Amino acid sequence: MDGEELTEQETALYDRQIRVWGADAQRRLSKSHILVYGMKGTVAEFCKNIVLAGVGSVTLVDDRVVAEEALSANFLILPDKNQYQGKTLAEVCCDSLKEFNHMVHVSVEKGDISTFGVEFFEKFDTVVISCCSLAKKKLINQKCRKLSKRVAFYTVDCRGSCGEIFVDLQDYKYSKKKLEETIECQLEYPSFEEAISVPWRALPRRVSKLYFAMRVIELFEDVEDRNPGETSIADLPGILKLRKELCETNSLSESQVPDALLERLLIGTREFPPVCAIIGGILGQEVIKAISGKGDPLKNFFFFDAMDGKGLIEDISEPNTGSQAALINDDM
Amino acid sequence: MISQEQLSAIKGAKVLMVGAGGIGCELLKTLALSGFQDIHVIDMDTIEVSNLNRQFLFRQSHVGQSKAKVARDAVLRFRPNISITPYHANVKESHFNVNFFKEFDVVLNGLDNLDARRHVNRLCLAADVPLVESGTTGFLGQVTVHLMGKTECYECQPKPAPKTYPVCTITSTPSKFVHCIVWAKDLLFAKLFGDKNQENDLNVRSSDAANSSEHSEDAFECRQDEDIEQYGRRIYDHVFGHNIEVALSNEETWKNRNKPKPIYSNDVLPKKLTNENGNMEKGCATDDVSAMSSLGLKNPQDVWSLAENSRVFLEALRLFFLKREKEIGNLSFDKDDQLAVEFVTAAANIRASSFEIPLHSLFEAKGIAGNIVHAVATTNAIIAGLIVIEAIKVLKKDSNDYRMTYCLEHPSKKMLLMPVEPYEPNKSCYVCSQTPLLLEVNTHRSKLWDFVEKIVKAKLGMNFPLIMQGASILYEVGEDLEEDMVAIYAANLQKTLSELPSQVTSGTVLTIEDLQQEFSCNINIKHREEFDEEKEPDGMLLSGWVEAPVDKDNSKAVGNGESTSNALPAEEILEGEKDVEIQEISVGTENATGRKRKLFEVSKGTTPDHSGLSDERKNHNQIEKLDVDDEDDELIISDDWESLTKKKRL
Repeated sequence: MDGEELTEQETALYDRQIRVWGADAQRRLSKSHILVYGMKGTVAEFCKNIVLAGVGSVTLVDDRVVAEEALSANFLILPDKNQYQGKTLAEVCCDSLKEFNHMVHVSVEKGDISTFGVEFFEKFDTVVISCCSLAKKKLINQKCRKLSKRVAFYTVDCRGSCGEIFVDLQDYKYSKKKLEETIECQLEYPSFEEAISVPWRALPRRVSKLYFAMRVIELFEDVEDRNPGETSIADLPGILKLRKELCETNSLSESQVPDALLERLLIGTREFPPVCAIIGGILGQEVIKAISGKGDPLKNFFFFDAMDGKGLIEDISEPNTGSQAALINDDM
Repeated sequence: MISQEQLSAIKGAKVLMVGAGGIGCELLKTLALSGFQDIHVIDMDTIEVSNLNRQFLFRQSHVGQSKAKVARDAVLRFRPNISITPYHANVKESHFNVNFFKEFDVVLNGLDNLDARRHVNRLCLAADVPLVESGTTGFLGQVTVHLMGKTECYECQPKPAPKTYPVCTITSTPSKFVHCIVWAKDLLFAKLFGDKNQENDLNVRSSDAANSSEHSEDAFECRQDEDIEQYGRRIYDHVFGHNIEVALSNEETWKNRNKPKPIYSNDVLPKKLTNENGNMEKGCATDDVSAMSSLGLKNPQDVWSLAENSRVFLEALRLFFLKREKEIGNLSFDKDDQLAVEFVTAAANIRASSFEIPLHSLFEAKGIAGNIVHAVATTNAIIAGLIVIEAIKVLKKDSNDYRMTYCLEHPSKKMLLMPVEPYEPNKSCYVCSQTPLLLEVNTHRSKLWDFVEKIVKAKLGMNFPLIMQGASILYEVGEDLEEDMVAIYAANLQKTLSELPSQVTSGTVLTIEDLQQEFSCNINIKHREEFDEEKEPDGMLLSGWVEAPVDKDNSKAVGNGESTSNALPAEEILEGEKDVEIQEISVGTENATGRKRKLFEVSKGTTPDHSGLSDERKNHNQIEKLDVDDEDDELIISDDWESLTKKKRL
């Protein structure tokens, strides 16, 4: 155990969770700094979870003004025009989050996240983005990777009854308990760009269909220059056309990207609050795990579909980039 | 995502939530966001500081207030136009009867104890209202759906009995720290500060063995001629020194065990302790009294030395007599009582030193002694989301789509969230299938009182029982009974079963009813002469679908959390959002061999027909329906649970 001791106040407040992950992990959490972009329902859930957990700081970026639509799944925004008028989404959410835990520093950073320099990201240990275009995801992921310090990168998106999380922990070492022993492990993650460039035919046969469906829609939005999440059922013909092309290039049967699934993703433009809670919960848990260095982190995609109720982990990486957790030799 | 059909089902629904704690806060929020308009919440608890790390609707300023009421106000801030009705009450109160339950379209449980869960299960069965049940501990959680006649009820699966330890392990041969904690809490603490008239194995042990007047029966009484420090040291020497010597004299016990070492206070501490506690004498509030702070020990995560533990022991004992004398004789261990936790930690550690068991910090000892359940916000949020998904299916009456879902810490078949088809009702369940139970009992020796306390209350979980043999009533609990009946029932309690006005003997069938739960069951009585005192401490044996088998080395009940001197059901031990089943289940899923059933991803009626689409698409649809070996289309079913519980799938 290193670093200062937890205060009496911290021990009392965090009692039940210290019993889950230990005082050491709690200390690491309290020194971690998290950047969050895209304040929709899922991200609101995530922020609540990490503020309660007691991270050091949370910095919110989202300059959009609060609109009626933003209220639908986001409990951080009170539906009182006097409260939110003239404020940005990040500002309104910041006010609510501060109340959850006075020991966490919650603040707002204004500006376009795409234009923030690499040095901006150096201030953080974890970057979580949502509602981003394909280009933006790649760009921010790259910036995190350019730093000498390891910055964990996550994207999260919910569409109707489905949700997706992507994780890039770069070169990640952690410990886990196996029987009575604690063993050291290491995982290598591909970047977002590397992961989605893995040829579809090279993937295991039973990869979640949601993975392909999300890529088709993501690419469609990119090609058509749409705002993320703003495609609808009216775009189905165009999306089916793109699916055909992608499946042909990748020699994948189109049945792996079913029409019915695409339709469901396009009909549900608004977030579904139970799915936000589930995806925001899993993401919170993963970020906490990665910061504390305890337990197997998920690598590197997570999918949830309320239709079948499954929450699945998929490893989408080149077969040779160590998909198995390698044990570190103690002699090193 | 929400279809019009779903939306109208949600908007028109009247929902009852039981519990506004860890799961409850998350659930109320998600229900409100999902469009529910009429939500009722029952919770008897008030808010505590240790809730605030996950029960996000509560703030420091709410500590001490009703959870149900504060949760309502907090949710109305972001959804002002819905109706939330809070009840700061125990769900077992009689006005929450079957008629009350019948008003609801679905009941959602976020409870923290087995007793209340069973009670709600019975009311939901009696009212024929679907129940969505849930539980979490640490990163594990589960959601199940119970609908009478369709799926199993909450009690179709036997529940593991609370962990208990053999008496001799606790009194003589502890081998784990938890044994020392149980000794310190249920024997020593209860003996010194609890009800003196209660039976206590510590007393038996000390008075049996010693014949000298020094160690006679009132070794624990403070004598006229000694001050509080002398008294503390005498108790110390008696339990950690003398009692160990007595135990050592029984050579047989130690043949295959390490001998314990007697510890006397003079070996560990200076003969006279310097009085460093002067500052404590200035009266401070009762709940602030702490041996740790008066000794300058700060970090509850530190493991104290034997000397430090000894000081804490004496100081805590001193403070109890000095500052909380009025409570002595009525105290029972409470994990939120700082001084009690300090005393128990110190006593357990000193005993652990004797037996060469590793010492533990106050933080750890408190967790063990209070059976504190690990709890984090994320699991509760995930489980609440899953509850709402199931609740919507219930409202839409999609009973074929119900799932029990497990939230796992380690993926199984790539899944962190694992849906499983629900089981059908268990035909031998005494709760929902009314299968009679069998009771073996010595009808000449056991009294009706034993039967009521040990079976009807403890095993069957009834609160207002009515016991009948044929048409004659033997016993009844109720608010408006005639005085003469009360007298007759009181007299009956003291009679053995065979002495009762309508004799209960082998072959008798008793009918037990709980009027509030509108639940009744039959018990076939079988006379048996002898019972093994260690293995069958109740002196009777109930069989049928009641309780999972207890640990094989369990004998007489000294439970961690359930004191020997207290016959109450072990309600307190299920603090937090714990569900006792979970540990079992997570083991089961890891070994799941996976008998599978095919399900088509494109379920009936969800594919709208978009005219103008190419034929190709239609072909693909066909291909998809044939492609059934794809794992995505399968539902995992674990064989392990089946073999464990011998149940049938729907």
